Amino acid sequence: MKPAPFKYHSPATLDEALELVGTLENAKLLAGGQSLMPMMNFRFVMPDHLIDLNRVTELAAIEQRGEQLFFGAMTRQHALHSSPLVHKLAPLVVESYSSVSHRQVRNRGTYGGSLCHLDPSSEQPCFTAALDGVIEVASRNGKREIPMAEWTAMYMTPALAEDELMTGARLSVWPEGHGWSFLEYSRRHGDYAIVGVAVLVTLDDARRITRLAISLCGIDAAPLRLSVAEAELVGMTADEGAVEHAMRITEAIGEVMEDAHNSADYRRHLAKTLTGRALRVAFQRARAGNK
Amino acid sequence: MDKRVIKVTVNNQVFEREVETRRSLGDFLRQDLGLTGTHIGCEHGVCGACTVLLNGNTARSCLTLAVQADGAAVTTIEGLAAPDGTFSALQQAFRECHGLQCGFCTPGMLTTLTELLGENLDPTEAEVREAITGNLCRCTGYQPIINAALLAASRMRAARANEVKA
Repeated sequence: MKPAPFKYHSPATLDEALELVGTLENAKLLAGGQSLMPMMNFRFVMPDHLIDLNRVTELAAIEQRGEQLFFGAMTRQHALHSSPLVHKLAPLVVESYSSVSHRQVRNRGTYGGSLCHLDPSSEQPCFTAALDGVIEVASRNGKREIPMAEWTAMYMTPALAEDELMTGARLSVWPEGHGWSFLEYSRRHGDYAIVGVAVLVTLDDARRITRLAISLCGIDAAPLRLSVAEAELVGMTADEGAVEHAMRITEAIGEVMEDAHNSADYRRHLAKTLTGRALRVAFQRARAGNK
Repeated sequence: MDKRVIKVTVNNQVFEREVETRRSLGDFLRQDLGLTGTHIGCEHGVCGACTVLLNGNTARSCLTLAVQADGAAVTTIEGLAAPDGTFSALQQAFRECHGLQCGFCTPGMLTTLTELLGENLDPTEAEVREAITGNLCRCTGYQPIINAALLAASRMRAARANEVKA
């Protein structure tokens, strides 16, 4: 229950951190430590080098950048959950964080840490996918961007090269008056979701759907955007007919992961039910003619 | 062995110690400083017993390395009472409401609820319940804990109202 020995590094700047990431073998980056530290305590993970990013203050930021919202990788989950700017521009994010673990964990846990840990049941990759997130990464050799749709290389593995680290992400800001909802089912409040869903919607004057995003977690290694339902619902009136149409599509999701506790069928059923509920909430919250 | 010298203010007292870098903050408090009021339960962030206040906010001391607390201020259960030993309003309410049975979860409950009452002097019962979702009491004595938090909050509100009058 104690971590195996490692060499500890605490860079003070991003450049120092990138130099370490680019040169050290078998190194792990320590963000909030709310997943990595348990894994190290259990000795599931035994890095030779631990690069602690907590003193790299330039990686913690919440900024509006035109039509986008930028979250630095080391931004604490509690900072996002309680930010008036995030509340105003991306209420979906605030609502999602109400389901993320507990206050003590959100005080330390970071947005970037969660995106890189990439648990398939985590709320954070799910809302990032709904908001068309673009992940910013850096190495000693420069910077690049990875769209959320390409972020998951495989189960719990982001598409980062060995010498790269995530510096932040840009999320799209939806127009004022849009509807949103994040719902999940978990056995205990604060646990990872068994299945969770993020919904965003805009309506025209006649309450017809003009734009829609539906993202699910707990289905596959990567958050699943329901692009078929999104496309088919645009133009429909935001009523029970649209909800039922989306539920029929959700029910027909092909590949769904399963484990000893939750079968694929059960997850599919949750996905259908939660998508229906989330759409109803989002429709209710959306103001007509906001776009 | 990878070691560092760290300087941490614990309950308003400055400690300078050499620690192995893999030492958790919880083990540092208990084994290096002898502050055994902080309890180490699950060591993977689930039970909440080891919760301390790190620069004023709750953190799992089993998931925080001692070296990460270098330069920080830590408050443990030993630091909640006044220097003369007078209980805080929350501790007093725990005592009166029987907010503890075996006492294992108590350090985490008190630090967590101290943070809550520091931010919200008038929490609803639901808010108190939500606040302690990250703390397990295996005696299952949650109701007296919640009663204690609500009693402490009402006394703290009354004390504040009196201060304003005075």
